Amino acid sequence: MATVSLQGLKKSFGKTDVIHDVEIDIADGEFIVIVGPSGCGKSTLLRMVAGLETVSAGEVRIGDRQVNDVEPMDRDIAMVFQNYALYPHMSVFDNMAYGLKIAKVPRSEIEARVAVAAKLLQLEPYLQRRPRELSGGQRQRVAMGRAIVRKPAVFLFDEPLSNLDAKLRVQMRLEIKQLQRDLGVTSLYVTHDQVEAMTLADRMIVMNGGVADQIGAPLEVYANPATAFVAGFIGSPPTNFLDASTFAPGAPQGAQLGIRPEHVVLSGDGTGHRAKVLYAEPLGAESLIYARLESGDNITIRQDGALPTPAEGETVSVAWDKDEEMQFAKDGRRI
Amino acid sequence: MEKRVRFKGLWLPLLLVMPQLLITAVFFFYPAGQAIWQSLFIPDPFGLSMRYVGLGNFEFLLSDPFYRASFVTTAVFSILVTLVSMGVALYLAVLADRLIKGSGTYRTLLIWPYAVAPAVAGVLWLFMFNTRVGVVTWYLGVLGYDWNHVLNQGEAMGLVVVASAWGRISYNFLFFLAGLQAIPRSVIEAAAIDGARFWTRFRTIVFPLLSPTTFFLLVVNIVYAFFETFGVIHTITSGGPQQATTILVYKVYADGFVGQDLGSSAAQSVILLVIVGILTIIQFKYIERRVHY
Repeated sequence: MATVSLQGLKKSFGKTDVIHDVEIDIADGEFIVIVGPSGCGKSTLLRMVAGLETVSAGEVRIGDRQVNDVEPMDRDIAMVFQNYALYPHMSVFDNMAYGLKIAKVPRSEIEARVAVAAKLLQLEPYLQRRPRELSGGQRQRVAMGRAIVRKPAVFLFDEPLSNLDAKLRVQMRLEIKQLQRDLGVTSLYVTHDQVEAMTLADRMIVMNGGVADQIGAPLEVYANPATAFVAGFIGSPPTNFLDASTFAPGAPQGAQLGIRPEHVVLSGDGTGHRAKVLYAEPLGAESLIYARLESGDNITIRQDGALPTPAEGETVSVAWDKDEEMQFAKDGRRI
Repeated sequence: MEKRVRFKGLWLPLLLVMPQLLITAVFFFYPAGQAIWQSLFIPDPFGLSMRYVGLGNFEFLLSDPFYRASFVTTAVFSILVTLVSMGVALYLAVLADRLIKGSGTYRTLLIWPYAVAPAVAGVLWLFMFNTRVGVVTWYLGVLGYDWNHVLNQGEAMGLVVVASAWGRISYNFLFFLAGLQAIPRSVIEAAAIDGARFWTRFRTIVFPLLSPTTFFLLVVNIVYAFFETFGVIHTITSGGPQQATTILVYKVYADGFVGQDLGSSAAQSVILLVIVGILTIIQFKYIERRVHY
């Protein structure tokens, strides 16, 4: 149980800066998700907290201790890796007990702790098996078990679900959330999947090119993106970006107008902007309609599945509430 | 499924495997057969007549204290060569694995000794440790140590071991380095986070995961020490002093070509043949399966 604090954290490899000035104070027991596209520095950030990468500038604090130069083993953390990183020559039991054995925990207590974790993760029948005899989901659980038995102050997850199939991923996502709630351990979780980020996070850090574009609760980030990148990255289908000079007269030069697909409606009365339907995707509960405005901008409309879907090539008129508009300056910042 | 070609008739397939069979027959079966045949006889020194003695040569060898001593010498020699060459190679490989810059150069330089022929390597070491003009001998003399491998049995053994192991380090190094680099980084990192420091990690994670490589090298190096170190021993000590470095292979040569006891030499070759056979079986049985994890 500990707080984690990153202050002015920077990382550069040679002359290339990969992390610029990340700042966040994480409360005890909070679940933080670091989300962003490939190469945005999210894994590097996590590895800096783990102590697997050196800190170029700024500081990492775990609890009330500055840990910049503390070895990973002395940071009281546990990490779950993307490829699970299980010890292939050890049984499931030994994999989970490894850290405890090194810490010279008494045998009886090791057995007790592993038994508890195995029960929690439904791994009891597999304790004597080797990792290669397990399925992907089971290996994932072993990796989690290995983290749990050590009772660390902080859990670090590096894309733990990305090697699983879609169905298992949804199931494990729920289990991780539940587990973190029950154990109340401060967690940092890296993912490129915005759905994972939205569902798991107490707060999320949206990373873009080494910069933390926005830090906040998922719904707050969704409703109120700080930059055009965040608006585009969080939410599926992504936010529509339109040329502000056409649709919002008076906006600064080069500005963009963002409007979420669910806020765009087909106006039956012919008011609004004319657009030609390119194609429509009825998904059952909802329909996605892709259309091209007369200005040349493409726009996606998300509407209830019960509403009539226009045919391809049909000309419709689209409208949205001015209050839902988001304006972004040329550099991507929200105005 | 594997796609197999089936031949009709017998002649074409026979023709296709014939070159390999011929080579094996001429260069392996024929000499091996000759050795087994000759081991049953004692020829006169001029090769004019042969007297059949059955297993007499073997009986004599196994009760010969010099031959038994040679077994012990061979065992000591191969164990030392294997330990030294593998130990040093593993140490260098672990260091090279941690290297980020210049690892290519380092690797290339370390491979060079492998290209040096055993006899040449033997001569190099012989000159360095020559009792009169050797550089190392001179420095040892300055330090007050009187090096003389021509008279001292232990020093002679030490020198042939070092000379034999030296050329072998490169080979072992390459395999160890490849083995180390095949271990996923994240497994090592996971162990580090689990609290294992460098030495503990090496002992509990790296070394066990390296065991297929280690086992392979163990067999290969023992075979090397047994059979391919003739050149080194011949150039440096010629088996001496007092047979202190006469390993089995050297004794085959010394008894047969120097002592002209061809019957005994042939019997010794047969014994070596059996030993190689056993080592090969071990190699195939355990290495091919790679059951370690």
